Amino acid sequence: MLIEIQNLNVAYGRKKVLENVTLTLSKNEIVTIVGPNGSGKTTLFKAIIGSIPIKSGSVVIKQNLKIGYVPQLLNIDRSLPLTVERFLKLAKNRNDQGFLRAQQILDSDDLLSSQISNLSAGQLQRVLLGHALMNEPDVLLLDEATRGLDQPGSAAFYKKIEEIRETTGCAILMISHDLHVVMGASNRVICLNGHICCQGEPKSVAASPEYASMFGSKVEGTLALYHHNHSHEGKGA
Amino acid sequence: MLDDFMVRAALGGMGVALAAAPLGCFVVWRRMAYFGESTAHAALLGVSLSLMFEFSVFLGAIFVSLLMTSLVTLAQGRSLFLDTLLGVAGHMSLATGLVVVSFISGVRIELMAYLIGDILSVSKTDILLIWIGLVIVFVLLFWRWSALLLCTLNEDLAASSGLNPKRETYALTIGLAIVVAVGIKVVGVLLIISMLIIPAASARSLVSTPEKMAVFASLIGMLSAILGLNASYVFDTPTGPSIVCVASLIFIITLVLSFFAEQFSAVIKNKKES
Repeated sequence: MLIEIQNLNVAYGRKKVLENVTLTLSKNEIVTIVGPNGSGKTTLFKAIIGSIPIKSGSVVIKQNLKIGYVPQLLNIDRSLPLTVERFLKLAKNRNDQGFLRAQQILDSDDLLSSQISNLSAGQLQRVLLGHALMNEPDVLLLDEATRGLDQPGSAAFYKKIEEIRETTGCAILMISHDLHVVMGASNRVICLNGHICCQGEPKSVAASPEYASMFGSKVEGTLALYHHNHSHEGKGA
Repeated sequence: MLDDFMVRAALGGMGVALAAAPLGCFVVWRRMAYFGESTAHAALLGVSLSLMFEFSVFLGAIFVSLLMTSLVTLAQGRSLFLDTLLGVAGHMSLATGLVVVSFISGVRIELMAYLIGDILSVSKTDILLIWIGLVIVFVLLFWRWSALLLCTLNEDLAASSGLNPKRETYALTIGLAIVVAVGIKVVGVLLIISMLIIPAASARSLVSTPEKMAVFASLIGMLSAILGLNASYVFDTPTGPSIVCVASLIFIITLVLSFFAEQFSAVIKNKKES
């Protein structure tokens, strides 16, 4: 077991954010957390990396576990000059193998000397993922890593995640909005809304009434849209 | 050599410029200009208290500005934003400092020296203090450089690699208090913030990495100190403001140059494409 969370409770002041969350992550697993805004997804991540105090329960991280964290975005404005290469090398406990992996993810050598503030959303996501791989992590934490990407962009990004799992054996815990895209890859999906509403294999979660009531009819709409895009691509090829 | 007041002034000015510039880069990147300004205002209360109770102005300034920024950081987020709290605490300290000074007889004229600095009266002890402050700030920045950059970019990213963002940020607060304290004698509490942000802002358009920005900012800061000191000697102008005027001039020059450089490279790019 890499990460073991037992009956976790977290509160901001009097407001309960997480209630009785129990969750485990083992080697080679891809677990996806879905839930509406304010459901405590990011708070759960913060509890795992130890950046917020927990009220009760326990978060046990395997000793010497190397975590690669992919945040939603960077607080970078144009006053901070930073090349992609310099950013990658800011990673703690980085090694050469990790740097090679990161470069493979970037897919282009030109990107290394680019300024971070000039990157497109897709490029920035690849750079953030590359940064997370610099220490050859045992676990990757992805916080809505496909934010700002279009459907094919997200699909390509998730394909990369699967490849990483296959080549490195690293476990992946991710927060995502688009369940339909990650469906194939995830071993387990957890619906979070303060507490865990339902969990299981992606297909059973998508069919469950809890999931439907959480996302409402919107789910079907996005699913349909996705299928449409797919067939469109198929015709073109 | 140290008996010459111009040599002492140059050493003091360069010391402050060197300490302020790399720290100033973080002030610019993290948008802490107002935080720095309030730290400086709080330092004036420290100065007046130390004049009243006759202890080291340097220690008084560090102590009060650290106390103020720590209290504000703790109180932040309850019902008011940091910005507002800083404005209240900073100006409260400034006003209280000015009131306290008025109770001490004979210091009224001296007050100006603390507001805009009096570099020509820098003593050997002052130089020693300035350079000790410089060494502390340098050690702090060298030691925590990567960690601070990571915290600036994303606090959760930093936390996930085992850093404590709050503690790292506090290192900056301490650095700021030291720079403000050593800068009082040279440029005064009203102008010290300019030694932090103007060289850093001038360096921005010339560089591509954070490290180069810190080096260039330091060079620009020192150049401003030397040129400003000489200008004030030649034109018989107040030295602190003269140093800041030179720094501002350098900022405007780099701004104009970078504007033309951008236009120029855009033209070349268009020609290549067409």
